[in-house]
Amino acid sequence: MLDNLDELFKGFGYTLFLFLVSAVASLVLGTVLVAMRVGPIGVLRAVGAIYVSVVRNTPLVLIFIFFHFAAPILGINFRWVQVHVGGFDFTSAFATAFVALSLYTACFVCEALRSGVNAVPMGQAEAARAIGLPFGGVMTQVVLPQAVRASVPPLASALIAMLKNTSVAGVFFLAEALATMRGLTNDYSSERIGIFACFAVGYILLVEIVSMISLGFERRWRIA
Amino acid sequence: MTASVLFDAPGPATRVRHRIYTVVASAAIAALVVYAVWKLGDDGQFEYSLWEPFLTPDYISALLVDGLVVTVTMAVFAIVGAVVFGFLFGVAKMSEHAFVRWPAWLVVEFFRAMPVLLLMIFVYYAWFIGTHGSFLWVDERGGFLAVVIALTCYNGAVLAEVVRAGVGAIPKGQAEAAYAVGMRKTQVMTLILLPQAVKVMLPAIISQMVVALKDTSLGYAVAAPGLTKIGQQIYKEFHNQVPTAIVLGVLYVGLNLLLTLLATWIQKRFVGERRIDVVAAAAGIDQDRA
Repeated sequence: MLDNLDELFKGFGYTLFLFLVSAVASLVLGTVLVAMRVGPIGVLRAVGAIYVSVVRNTPLVLIFIFFHFAAPILGINFRWVQVHVGGFDFTSAFATAFVALSLYTACFVCEALRSGVNAVPMGQAEAARAIGLPFGGVMTQVVLPQAVRASVPPLASALIAMLKNTSVAGVFFLAEALATMRGLTNDYSSERIGIFACFAVGYILLVEIVSMISLGFERRWRIA
Repeated sequence: MTASVLFDAPGPATRVRHRIYTVVASAAIAALVVYAVWKLGDDGQFEYSLWEPFLTPDYISALLVDGLVVTVTMAVFAIVGAVVFGFLFGVAKMSEHAFVRWPAWLVVEFFRAMPVLLLMIFVYYAWFIGTHGSFLWVDERGGFLAVVIALTCYNGAVLAEVVRAGVGAIPKGQAEAAYAVGMRKTQVMTLILLPQAVKVMLPAIISQMVVALKDTSLGYAVAAPGLTKIGQQIYKEFHNQVPTAIVLGVLYVGLNLLLTLLATWIQKRFVGERRIDVVAAAAGIDQDRA
């Protein structure tokens, strides 16, 4: 195991990259979704609600299966993605994992933010309206900044869940941590407990780091 | 129009604006749907031959019996195991003895912070690969048990947190009154605290069932039986990946929506407004931190 530390780091490198880009994308998408869900346009509210309840109840594996096996038949594929940075290759497996994870996590982000929006005291929005802000102004200037504070813990939960879900990409052709573990266990099957322990500790460390960061934000933004 | 506090009751000008937005948004969405349907039709995805397996009784029964029933069975075993695991470790975590509390804490944190897929694959390769037999009515090649064990440990760890939060949500006076009438620790826990906690926990447990049900599809990685496997066999034979993905999606979403409805109903019926944050419990974030 110790001879293959570079493989371990490379695997977690992919995991970390995938986590970071998908986190950003799902945060953006989730914010758009939550604006749709609390906004004044009935159609958009309905679409947001349907999207969230459908995607939330679909297993992530099925979304991966869709993008890997079904979508290419319809001409949706990511074979044009060919980015090579250092020793890392970001190709279609990475892009597919990124799309699937972002779409999936966006609805959990949306729910987290929505609980945050609901936690903002009514008077805030009322006051904002009273000084004449339109919906966009109420949201971006007054409600969302406070909602983000209130939704740090659930947002962190959603992101941690996504971090753990990046492992699903390993089953779908991306050589991230889980796939690396599988390869190593095949090569050194007698050491599989040690290998498993190393990767488990790796994941736990990453989860703890995300959790710490969220704790930091929560402390800093705590409303007296 | 609505009682939301986020925006004013629209005046005439705003109403016109909203109407324009509505029309534009509807048009965009309709265009998207039409395009998707047209694209599906253009690729011949509505050909009868691709949908045939889902209209043939043999395949329907395979899908329902070998797929849905097996998936639900896995989820049920996992959740029953998880409830037992959760109660044991949840109570252990609240123990007064450090030598019980710390190991329980470690076990719960470990399983909670680890991807369930990692555990599943480890369990599969460590113990069950190559086994062949039958378990109840399932043709078992190791995947079934690997899925059940991994999901039991993961969801059990989450439920341990839920149990702790549930017991924590009970007013202190309950335990104090029980001690005052001379009950032992065990009696206070089993006769007073847990029965009340279970009521608060029920919706959380059902939400966790949705998670367990969804996660059974991770068995894809260890060749476990169930809906995903049957779907895989169908699209490998008929090359109808798109219809299969749609049908599987509908089945999973339908089942999960039913469970969610049940959870909401139980919440209204038995619990009222108090809830336990399952997501936080799942993510390894301390409930009583804030």
